[in-house]
Amino acid sequence: MEPRGLWGFDVTMGKRRAFDEIWGTGGRRRPRKELAELARWIEATPASELSRRQHAAEAAFRQLGITFAVYGDADAAERIIPFDIVPRVFLADEWARLSEGLVQRVEAINAFLDDVYGEARIVREGVLPPDLVFGNPQFRPEIAGMKPPHHVWAHICGIDLVRTGPDQFWVLEDNARTPSGVSYMLENREAMIRLCPELFRSFRVAPVDGYTDMLLQTMKSVAPPGAGSSPNCVVLTPGHYNSAYYEHSFLADNLGVELVEAADLVVDDDVVWMRTIAGRVKVDVIYRRVDDDFLDPLVFRPDSMLGVPGLIAAYAAGNVTIINAPGTGIADDKAIYSYMPEIVRFYSGEEAKLPIVRTWRCREPDALEYVLDHLDELVVKLVDGSGGYGMLVGPTASDEEIANFRAALVAEPHRYIAQPTLALSTVPTLGDKGVVPRHVDFRPFVLTGASGVQVVPGGLTRVALREGSLVVNSSQGGGTKDSFVLLGDEPEVRA
Amino acid sequence: MRLSIDHLTRYRFSQPQARIVQLLRLTPSDTDDQTIVSWRIDVDCDARLREGRDGFGNRTTMLYIDGPITGIEIAVAGEVLTGEVDGVVKGTLEPLPPALFARSTDLTRADAAIAAFAAAARGAPRAQLESLNTAFAKRFALSHARPDHGLTAAEAFARETATPRDMAQMFVAAARSLGLPARYVSGHCLTCEREAERPTTHGWAEAHVEGEGWIGFDPSFARPIDQTYVRVACGLDAAQAAPVAGSRLGAGREWLDVDVQVERMNGGEQ
Repeated sequence: MEPRGLWGFDVTMGKRRAFDEIWGTGGRRRPRKELAELARWIEATPASELSRRQHAAEAAFRQLGITFAVYGDADAAERIIPFDIVPRVFLADEWARLSEGLVQRVEAINAFLDDVYGEARIVREGVLPPDLVFGNPQFRPEIAGMKPPHHVWAHICGIDLVRTGPDQFWVLEDNARTPSGVSYMLENREAMIRLCPELFRSFRVAPVDGYTDMLLQTMKSVAPPGAGSSPNCVVLTPGHYNSAYYEHSFLADNLGVELVEAADLVVDDDVVWMRTIAGRVKVDVIYRRVDDDFLDPLVFRPDSMLGVPGLIAAYAAGNVTIINAPGTGIADDKAIYSYMPEIVRFYSGEEAKLPIVRTWRCREPDALEYVLDHLDELVVKLVDGSGGYGMLVGPTASDEEIANFRAALVAEPHRYIAQPTLALSTVPTLGDKGVVPRHVDFRPFVLTGASGVQVVPGGLTRVALREGSLVVNSSQGGGTKDSFVLLGDEPEVRA
Repeated sequence: MRLSIDHLTRYRFSQPQARIVQLLRLTPSDTDDQTIVSWRIDVDCDARLREGRDGFGNRTTMLYIDGPITGIEIAVAGEVLTGEVDGVVKGTLEPLPPALFARSTDLTRADAAIAAFAAAARGAPRAQLESLNTAFAKRFALSHARPDHGLTAAEAFARETATPRDMAQMFVAAARSLGLPARYVSGHCLTCEREAERPTTHGWAEAHVEGEGWIGFDPSFARPIDQTYVRVACGLDAAQAAPVAGSRLGAGREWLDVDVQVERMNGGEQ
């Protein structure tokens, strides 16, 4: 009964009903048995009450200032991301399998980064084509040969997953640069505990509030050898015009570290210092939320006023740790993504536990031909795009949009990949006329420090609020939900 | 051949600067073809200097100066012993594979005109490169004006004269448009700097031929690299191999003055 095919038309939208994570495939009268209690809660709580709680949560978010800016939308400089009151739930065994896959994948991502900026064995041994790595703008030759402490490059990864059935999880993309959204994971949970306390009595939900401690431990664990026993960490933001500024200040507050802009930092003698009223203070670890291009004008974009001159020299000298390390963008390029099964096998000797979605690399002529012939069925993405920008969803696109993408693909095929339109799972979501199924994706946050990889039991669930829509990005009208990870029966799982 | 190099870089500022941070690529590395006998960098004020290497394997010096400061003078003096070169550069530190140098940058993107110009070069890769190496000197009169640091290869190609920097960037763009990895090299040369009225750091190119290696070309003079050249730094374009990348904290204008003297020394023949 479940969609068996890994991809293709049997799980394609419109051909078969999507899997609902609470109601299953049998409709809302026969929910999945493990979640029958949650289904009863949805039925028993009047829509007006759900709506009241949802508005209370959104009012609190607005008061906190959890807003984001929408690029290209002059009317709405700052909005809150809509919040949905019905949680999304992972069973303990589902989560255990997912976590294993995430750990394996993030270990491979770090091994890959350490290799491509060093010996590049994976290219020499013919696993990846040289131009895919070295011709890629996300590969930064400026930092070749430099090694971050403990060989950790991508300390914070956001791995975007989608689900098509009870045990069918797929990685949709890896975010290894500066993934955002963790503040929503934490704020959504606080709101749920306040507004729906009964759910936390009915279910043993793994707490997520240990995230910031875990992050601080991770940051300190990768401090440079000369930093001493209490390394000084900071969060570097491009400033309050950035769409994720709220999250930058939220994280700095919760970590108990300074929030700084480039102008607050100086490099002297290959050491980074922070200017304070009391004089300058040495900085050991920088959690940067700015792109590589804006880190250091002497090495990257010379016209950038945002950067810290000398920062890369301090990094190369081993006097400061940059989180994530410069150059990690190569690991979240979507053409590289299509090789992740080979990358995992190359570094771990194992098969990837989390599959990827079938991907046509438009740089390859046969793939391009197939994609051009099936534009109305496929999702087409820029290899280095994010936020749902530069993306075509074939089944819901207009003829004009398809024609524009066709022209773009023919002109610059190497910039695009295409994937089948998956029947993303749905989760019951409060709409205007009661609770209805809406498509979701999921971004868990994976931390890597000196002693290994950790997965926070939770993450950011994004929901496409429009009926039938598959685009969950907040910049494109998506909302968020809390993500419950249920604890197993054995008490030791709590640890 | 034993060469002495004196390279003076002088910055003056119209208003005092609070802080200066500069990344210098002024120091050559030893290769099979050049041995650094002595090398020193002197700065005329209280500065902190730190040695390092960039991603391309170039030796770098970070320069940190606290203000207020209205000018800096960086004096480089050294001696280098060069050997016979057959055009192929050997013994360079190569942290990056040749494939990396097939990519273009904003400064070295080949437009249709450069690509068409390059396509006229026929034959095996090395023959194509040798023909490109004479083609630019034929087409452009060599200019000894100060190089314009913002000028792209495509913009330079639309002009009638070209500085060595532009000749080298055009060569790099053209070679890449033929599918051959190529890079910009900055350094010094005995004869070219002598010919210039206001000598400055020279620029040339290297292109990679499978089975042979990196081969040096000087399109400004339509000749291969020989023992009169001292190789200092390389990069995808002139900016990545630039002798100085600087930042200053302070308002006002700056003036840059550069002087280079390359002399042949006696008694260095081997």
